[in-house]
Amino acid sequence: MGSYVLRRALQSLLILLGISFFTFVLLYLIPADPARQIAGRSATTQTVENIREQLGLNLPFYEQYFRYLSGLVQGDLGRSYLQKTEVGELIASRLPATLLLMVGAIVCELLIGLTMGLVAALRRNTPTDTSLMVLSFVGVSSPQFVIGILLLYVFAVKLGWFPIGGYGTFMHMVLPSLTLGFLGAGWYSRMMRSSMIDVLRQDFIRTARAKGLKRWQVLFGHALPNALLPIIAMIGIDIGLFMSGIVVVESVFGWPGIGQLAWQAIQRVDIPIIMGVTLVSAFAIVLGNFLADLVAPLIDPRIKLR
Amino acid sequence: MKKALLAGATALLAATAMTPAHADDIKQGGSMVVTYKDDVSTLDPAIGYDWQNWSMIKSLFDGLMDYEPGTTNLMKDLAEDYTISEDGTVFTFKLREGVKFHNGREMTAEDVKYSLDRVTNPKTQSPGAGFFGSIKGFDAVAAGETESLEGVTVVDPYTVKIELSRPDATFLHVMAINFSSIVPKEEVEKWGADFGKHPVGTGAFSLEDWTLGQHLIFKRNEAYWRAGVPKLDQITFEVGQEPVVALLRLQRGEADIPGDGIPPAKFLEVTQDPQYKDLIIEGGQLHTGYVTMNVKMPPFDKLEVRQAVNMAINKDRVIRIINGRAVAANQPLPPSMPGYDTAYEGYKYDPEGAKTLLAKAGLGDGFETELYVYNTDPNPRIAQSIQADLAAIGIKVEIKALAQANVIAAGGEADQAPMIWSGGMAWIADFPDPSNFYGPILGCSGAVQGGWNWSWYCNEDLDKLATEADSITDPAKKAEREELWRKIFISVMDDAPWAPVFHEQRFTMRSERLGGPDAIFVDPVHIPVNYDYVWAKDVQ
Repeated sequence: MGSYVLRRALQSLLILLGISFFTFVLLYLIPADPARQIAGRSATTQTVENIREQLGLNLPFYEQYFRYLSGLVQGDLGRSYLQKTEVGELIASRLPATLLLMVGAIVCELLIGLTMGLVAALRRNTPTDTSLMVLSFVGVSSPQFVIGILLLYVFAVKLGWFPIGGYGTFMHMVLPSLTLGFLGAGWYSRMMRSSMIDVLRQDFIRTARAKGLKRWQVLFGHALPNALLPIIAMIGIDIGLFMSGIVVVESVFGWPGIGQLAWQAIQRVDIPIIMGVTLVSAFAIVLGNFLADLVAPLIDPRIKLR
Repeated sequence: MKKALLAGATALLAATAMTPAHADDIKQGGSMVVTYKDDVSTLDPAIGYDWQNWSMIKSLFDGLMDYEPGTTNLMKDLAEDYTISEDGTVFTFKLREGVKFHNGREMTAEDVKYSLDRVTNPKTQSPGAGFFGSIKGFDAVAAGETESLEGVTVVDPYTVKIELSRPDATFLHVMAINFSSIVPKEEVEKWGADFGKHPVGTGAFSLEDWTLGQHLIFKRNEAYWRAGVPKLDQITFEVGQEPVVALLRLQRGEADIPGDGIPPAKFLEVTQDPQYKDLIIEGGQLHTGYVTMNVKMPPFDKLEVRQAVNMAINKDRVIRIINGRAVAANQPLPPSMPGYDTAYEGYKYDPEGAKTLLAKAGLGDGFETELYVYNTDPNPRIAQSIQADLAAIGIKVEIKALAQANVIAAGGEADQAPMIWSGGMAWIADFPDPSNFYGPILGCSGAVQGGWNWSWYCNEDLDKLATEADSITDPAKKAEREELWRKIFISVMDDAPWAPVFHEQRFTMRSERLGGPDAIFVDPVHIPVNYDYVWAKDVQ
C-alpha cells in the first residue's frame, strides 16, 4: 500500500510537471504579445520593451519556464499581468465558491442520477424506464449553457423561486448546482440502472428473498450497497468533468469561482492566471483520480492495489 | 446625423440641468447597485484602463482638470486656476487649498509632482505613460535614467509648474485623463503593487470593501471638497454578472444600472417595451468602427482598390445587424468630436463604381484577401456582411475571427493582416480631441511593429500638419486648429487607408429609483456612467 501511494504520488507529480510544460509551451506560442497587452494602446516602443524586460518576457523560453517552475515550487504562481494581484490570492479567493458549487453538483447528480437509475431498474422495460433513460440521454447530451439559461429563465425569471444569478445563500446555489450536476446525473442514472439490474440477478439477492426478507429490505439492505460500489469510485473522476463545466456554469450564473476567473483571463490573455487555474484544475483532477483509486479497494475488496 | 444632433442636444440639456442651483436642490443619500460582467482589474489610476474601472477611478480620484458632467467641456478640478505661457510650453497650476485625501492628509503640489513622476516611471508599467511624452524630461524618465520629470516643478505647496518640450494643445486634456490622477505617496509606498486594491485618492467616493470576484462597495467621501457631491451615500458594484442576467435583475428591481449596457440579445425586446421607454438612455460616444487596409500589402497599396472597398460596403446593412445602434461614418472623426466635417460626404455606396475602380487598378477579375476580426458577437456577423459586400464586386474575403489579442498582434505586423475590422478593439477616444484620433492610429508613429496603425499608412506631410495643429495652444485660435484637423482627416480619406463604417451609439438603462440628467448615464468621458451625479429618488 505504502509503495503504491508513493509510486502514484510520483506519477501524479510527473503528470503535473508535464501539464505545466505543455500549457507553458502553448501560451508561449500564441501569437499575442503580453507586454503590449499590458502597455496599452498608447504606449511607446520603449515602454513595451521596459515591461518585457521587467517580466522576463525577453528571456529564452527555457529560462522563462525555469523561472516559473522555481517560483512554483516555492508556492508562487506569479502575479496577474492585468489585475496586478498575486495569482495565488486570486485563486484562493475564488476556490471556496467553486468547491461549494462542486459539492452541490455532486449532491444533485447523486440524488437525481441514482434515483432515476434505481426506478428505471425496478421498472425495467416499462414506459417509465424508457422515459427516464430518454431524460438521462437529454442530460448527457445537452450543453450546459442551454440547461443553465433554461433553468434560470423558468425558475428564476418566470416563477421567481430562485435569485437570478449571484452568490451567497443556499438559494443561490440550487440552480447552478443542478446545471452542473445534470450531466453527471445522466451518466449515473445509466450506470445505476445497469449495475442494479446486474445485482438483482445475483444469487445472494435470490437467497435474501428466499429467506423471506421484505422487498425494501432486499432492495436497500442488499441490492443497493452492492450496486453503488462502482459508482462511488466514479465520484473522484467527476472532478475532471466538473472542471470543464464550471467555466460555463459560473459565467451563466455569475458564480465567483475559478471558472469565471479563467474565462476572463483567457479573453485578456492574462497568462499567469491561465497557468495558475490550469495547474490548480489539473491538480484537482489528478488528486480526484488518485483518491478514487485508493477508495476503490476499500469499498470493493475484489479490487487490489498494485 | 439626426442622432448626432440629438446627442449634442442631450449633452447641452444636461449641462443646463447641472447648474449649481439645480444640483443644490438634490438631497444626498441613498444607494444604487451597478453590475458588470468582468471583474475589476485594478483601481490604481496609473494602471486602470478598462471599461469597468475607468469611471470608478474617476470617482475615487481627482486630477488637475476634469470635464463638465455629461459633456466633453474641460473644467478645472483640483486646479483652482492655471496659466499658459505665450509659447504654450509652460503650464502653471494653482491648486485648491484644503483638499484632503481619503486618509485625511491634505493634497499639495508635492503630490502632483509625485503622481506624474510615478505614472511615467517605467517601473509603474502604466499603459498611459505615453500620454505624458510632451513633458520636458519624459524621455530620460522613460529610459530609466532618472525618476524625476525635469519639467515638473513644485513652486510652493499650492503651485506646480509643468514645462513641455514642445507646445501641446492637448495638454489640458492629458491632465484630465485618469492617468494624471493625484495619489498620496505614503499610501502607494505602503501598499506597493497592491495599491490598486487599496486605492486612496481625493475623489467623491472612497473604497469601503472589495471582495474579489464578487463586489466592490464605494462610500460617500464626507469630506469631499466639491459641495453637494456626490449625491449617493453608497454604490455597490456587483461583478461577474452576464449582461442578460444583469438586465433581468434590473427588471426585477435587484439592480439599478447594467454597467455593460443593454445586451444585443435583449435590445429589441427592451426598447420596444413601452414600460421601459423612459428608462432607456441613448448617447453618442467618441467612437468610430472602421476597416483598415494595409497599404504595405498588395493590392491595397493601390489607391483605387482602397477607394473601391470604401464604396462597396453597405453601411446601412451593417448598422441593421447591430439593431441600429450606430450612425453611419464617412470619415475617421466621430460627429461630436471637434474637427468633424459636417459638409464632407465621403465615399457613397456604389458597387458599380467600385467595380470600375477595381478594373482601373487592373483587378477587374477581383482578388482574394483576408479580413481579421475580433471573435465576439456582433463582430463576426459584421465581417460576414462586409464579406458579402466585397464579394459583390469580386473580392473574395476569408474571415479570420480570432481572440482580441491575436488580432491586435496581427495588426501590429507589417505583413500579416491585409484587412481588419476594428470592432471591439478600436477606436474610442481617450480624450475629446481630434489629435487622439490621428497619432496612434493614422500617424507615422503608430505605423511601427506592435503599433495601432493597422493600415500602416504614413503620410509625412500630414504628420507635419498634425504637429503644427498640436502646437496651436492659444485658446483664441481654437477654430484655426479645428480647421487644420478637419483638413488632415479629409486628406486621410482622399488616400482611403480606412473604410469608416459607423459611429457606435451607447444604450443603457437605469432603474426607476435613480435620478439625474440622462447625459451622465452615457457620459462621453466618465465612461460608462458619471457616478458622482446620480441621485436616489427615494431620499428626495
